[in-house]
Amino acid sequence: MQPNSSQSHNLNIATLVSVGKHPQSGRVRRADQDSRAVELGLRLTADNPAGLTVLHAGDPAEPSLRSYAGMGLAAIKVLQLDPAADAVAPLGEQLQQCGADIVLTGVRAESGEGSGMLPYQLAEKLGWPIVPRVADIVAVQEGVAEVLQALPRGQRRAIKVRLPFIASIDTAAPAARQSAFGPAQRAEMRVSVIPAETDTVRQSWDEAVAKKRPKRLKVIKAKTAAERFKAATAKSQSEGGRIMKQEAVDEQAQAILDLLIEEGVLR
Amino acid sequence: MIFEWLNPLLIATALLLAVIGAVRRVKLWRAGQPDQVDLIAGLMAMPGRYLHDLHDIVERDKYMSKTHAATGGGFVLSALLIMLVHLLGIDSQLLAWALLASLTLMFVGALFVFKRRLNPPSRLSKGPWMRLPKSLLAFAGGFFVLTLPAAGMLSDGFMAQAGGALLTLLLTALIIWGMGELFFGMTWGGPMKHAFAGALHLAFHRRSERFGGGRSTGLKPVDLTLATEVGVLGVAKPTDFKWNQLLGFDACVQCGKCEAVCPAFAAGQPLNPKKLIQDMVVGLAGGSDAKYAGSPYPGKTVGEAQGGPNQIITDGLLAPETLWSCTTCRACVEECPMMIEHVDAIVDMRRFLTMEKGSTPNKGAEVLDNIIATDNPNGYAPASRTHWAADQNLPLMKEVGEAEVLFWVSDGAFDMRSQRILRAFVKLLKAAKVDFAVLGDEELDSGDVARRLGDDATFQNLAKRNLAVLSQYKFSTIVTTDPHAFHCLRNEYNDFGSDALEGVEVLHHTTFLNSLMQQGRLQLDPFVGGKVTYHDPCYLGRYNGEYEAPRELLRSMGIEIAEMERSGYRSRCCGGGGGAPITDIPGERRIADMRMDDANETGAELIAVGCQQCTAMLEGVVEPRPQVKDIAEILVDQLVDSSAHVLAQEVH
Repeated sequence: MQPNSSQSHNLNIATLVSVGKHPQSGRVRRADQDSRAVELGLRLTADNPAGLTVLHAGDPAEPSLRSYAGMGLAAIKVLQLDPAADAVAPLGEQLQQCGADIVLTGVRAESGEGSGMLPYQLAEKLGWPIVPRVADIVAVQEGVAEVLQALPRGQRRAIKVRLPFIASIDTAAPAARQSAFGPAQRAEMRVSVIPAETDTVRQSWDEAVAKKRPKRLKVIKAKTAAERFKAATAKSQSEGGRIMKQEAVDEQAQAILDLLIEEGVLR
Repeated sequence: MIFEWLNPLLIATALLLAVIGAVRRVKLWRAGQPDQVDLIAGLMAMPGRYLHDLHDIVERDKYMSKTHAATGGGFVLSALLIMLVHLLGIDSQLLAWALLASLTLMFVGALFVFKRRLNPPSRLSKGPWMRLPKSLLAFAGGFFVLTLPAAGMLSDGFMAQAGGALLTLLLTALIIWGMGELFFGMTWGGPMKHAFAGALHLAFHRRSERFGGGRSTGLKPVDLTLATEVGVLGVAKPTDFKWNQLLGFDACVQCGKCEAVCPAFAAGQPLNPKKLIQDMVVGLAGGSDAKYAGSPYPGKTVGEAQGGPNQIITDGLLAPETLWSCTTCRACVEECPMMIEHVDAIVDMRRFLTMEKGSTPNKGAEVLDNIIATDNPNGYAPASRTHWAADQNLPLMKEVGEAEVLFWVSDGAFDMRSQRILRAFVKLLKAAKVDFAVLGDEELDSGDVARRLGDDATFQNLAKRNLAVLSQYKFSTIVTTDPHAFHCLRNEYNDFGSDALEGVEVLHHTTFLNSLMQQGRLQLDPFVGGKVTYHDPCYLGRYNGEYEAPRELLRSMGIEIAEMERSGYRSRCCGGGGGAPITDIPGERRIADMRMDDANETGAELIAVGCQQCTAMLEGVVEPRPQVKDIAEILVDQLVDSSAHVLAQEVH
C-alpha cells in the first residue's frame, strides 16, 4: 500500500501529536490515533526520512513525547506554549512555514479539551481541505493524493485530494510500530518558545473526567444465527435524507444549505 | 636416530605457533566490552574450578568423565613431560617412565573417545571432531615409541636398525599430526581450542558465584545511560558482549548436551543452543558457519550465516526467531559442562531487538505497552488488582503497616485460573494462623516478562517502584505463589541500591508451606487418589534450587511421587517462560504437549505443579490428560479443619 519512492520523494509531511491518556490507568502515553498518524507519516516518508516533521505544541519535557520518538524519530519539534494558550494559531503558522504537503493528526485528543476541532480549525486557518477519519494514504501522484477514508463496519471510501491537505487519522489506520527505549532517549526535542494568545474561553470551563453515557440495554430480537449475523453486519439504515446525484450543482448546494439552516448549524 | 635434532625443533615450533595463536585468540576476546574480573584470583582458582565444579557436571555421564579424566589428564601430564624429556633433553629414566605412563593413560582414554565416535549420538558435532580421537592416538602413540629409548627400553640404535628411515619418517609424521592437533590446533581454532579457552573461561567466568556449589541466575542489569552515551542498549554486534562472554563462547566443546535438553529444539522451533554458541564464535572470529558440523537450527540450513566482530548479529548471522524461541528455562546452562551462559547471551541480544530496534515479535509490543501503561501484561485497570480477593478479607499493608509475612500476589490476580491457586494459598495461610498482609493495588508486575523480552528499562522501572513500596512496610518474609516473581524478588531486585529487601527472606509458597507443615501448623488428611507426579518449574528448580520442599509437601500427604524421566534439575520446561507464549515462534510441536507426554509416561492421574504459568501451559494441553493442580490446591483439599472444609468446597 505504500506509494513508490519516485512519487513520495519530495513529500513533506507534518504529523501533529498530543499527550495521550490510557483508558484503564489514566496514565500519559502516546495517543492511539496520533501514533497511527506518526506511523503513516513514517511509511509515507520511508525513503526520505527528512520529509517527516513531528510537531507538538506544549511542554517539551512531557514524557509521552519520548514514546512517539521511540518509533524511530530523530527529532520532535516542540512549540513551547503556556498551558493555557490556544495552540491553533502557532501550529498554523508553523505548518505554513515548514511547507507541509500533508498534515496528519488524530481525530481527537485523549486528554485535555479533546473536542476534535483542531484539524478543522487548522484547515480553516490555512484554507486547506480536510479529510476526516483517514485509514490510509494509498498514493500521491502529481500533487494529488489517493486517500482511503474509514467508514463504519470496515467500509472504505476512496477519495482523491489535491495537496496540501489535512487528514485526521482513524483507528482503522495501520497500528503504530513498537516504541523502543533507546531511540526514544536519543531523540532531540527541538524547542521553540512561542508567544501565543491565551485561550480565554477555555479558562472559564470546569474540567471533569468524561464518563460514558449509560447504554440502553440491547434486547436481542434475532432468533437465528443468520439474523444475528445480519444485524451485526447490515449497514445502518439512514433515516430521512435524500440522495441527489442527477440534480444541478446549485440545487445540490442549496439542499445542503437548507439542511444546515434547518439543523441550526448555520444561522 | 637419523633426525635426532628434528624432534626438539618440531616441538619448539609447535609450541611457538601455539603461543602465536593464543595471542591472536586473546585479541579476539579482548574486542569485547570490559568486565570486572579479578584476573589473578581467577587463575589461582581455575584448577579447583576445573577439578571440582566442571568435573561434577561431566561426572553425570560416567563414561565421559572417566574418558576425559584419562585423556585430558594424560595429555596435560604428557605435554609437560615431553617438554622436559624431548625439548629440554633432560636425561632421566624416571621422567621417561613417567612420560610413558601418562602417554599410556592418554592412549587408553583416546581409545574410549574413539569408541564413542564410532557411532556418535546426533547431539555430537562431527567434522573435525571425528578426527580428534585419531589425533589423540597419533600423539600418544608417536611419542610413546619416541620415548622408549629414553626409558632404556630400546637401545638408541634400535630404530635405525629396525625400521630405519621409514620408521623415523612414520614417527615424525605421527608427531607432527599429533602436535598439529593438540598444540597448534589448541589456539588456532581446532577442536582442542576447548582446552585453552575453557581453562581461561573457568578462570574469568562472569558468574564466579557459580563455582563451589553456588548459584547465580539473576540477569545482569543494563546500564540505561548507555542509550545516550554509546547509542546502543543490549548486544547488537559480537563486540558488544563482555570480553569474558566471548571467551565463554569459545570454550564450547560442541558436546550437544544443551541441544539434547533444549525444549525449543525438541519442539522443532528454530533454536539449537549449541549452534547459537557456535554462531557467536563465528561472529567473534569472523566468517561463515559453513564448517559447522552439528545439528542445525530446526528448519534452517547451515552455511548461509555470515558474521564478523563488528557486524550486527541479527543481520545475517542469526535470525531473530532463534532468539525469541528460547523459554529461558536454563536447561542448557545447567547441562553445559563448560558452564557457558546461553541465556545471558540470548537475553542480551533480545535487549537490542526490543530496546533499540523495537521489534519484539507477535504480542510482545502490545504486552510491553500494557505493562508500561497499567503495570500488568494484559492491560487491566490497575485499580482492579484486588478484585479477586473481594471476598477474602485480606489485611492490606497500607492499613496494617507491618506483618510477619508479605504475600506477593503477582499478576495471577488477574487470571481466573490462577486466582484458584491464590485462594487456596490464602486458605492455608489462614488455617495456619499466619500473620500476613498483601500490598493490594500497590503491588505491580514484578517485571519478569518485560525483562525476559529484553525490555530492561521497563523491568528496572517496575523494580524500583516495587522496592519503593516495599520499603515503606515492615515484614520479615515475602512469600509468593509465582516462581517468576519469586526469582525477580530474590535474585534480581538486589541490583538497584534499595534496602527494602535487606534481611528479608523471599520464599516460594511451597517452601513456606513446607516449613508450616514441619512446625505442625497445618493438619492434613492423607491423600487418596491416583498416581501423582510433580513438575519442577524452571524458575523454582534450576533458577533457585528448590527441588525438595514441594516433594516433601506431597510426601507429607502420603503421596508417593511417580517421577518423570526428566525431573529435578533436568526437568523439561512447560514452554511458558521467557515470554515464549507471547512471542509465540512456530515449531513442529508444542513444548507443553511434550511435557504432558512425559507426565503420561508415568501413568499419573494428577500433575502437581508449583507455578501458575506451568499450570496454564499444562492445562492448555487437550484432554484426555492428567489433572493439573498447584500444590496449594492439593493441600487445601486435604486440610483438616471443619470450617476450612466448608470453605474449600466453595473454592472448587
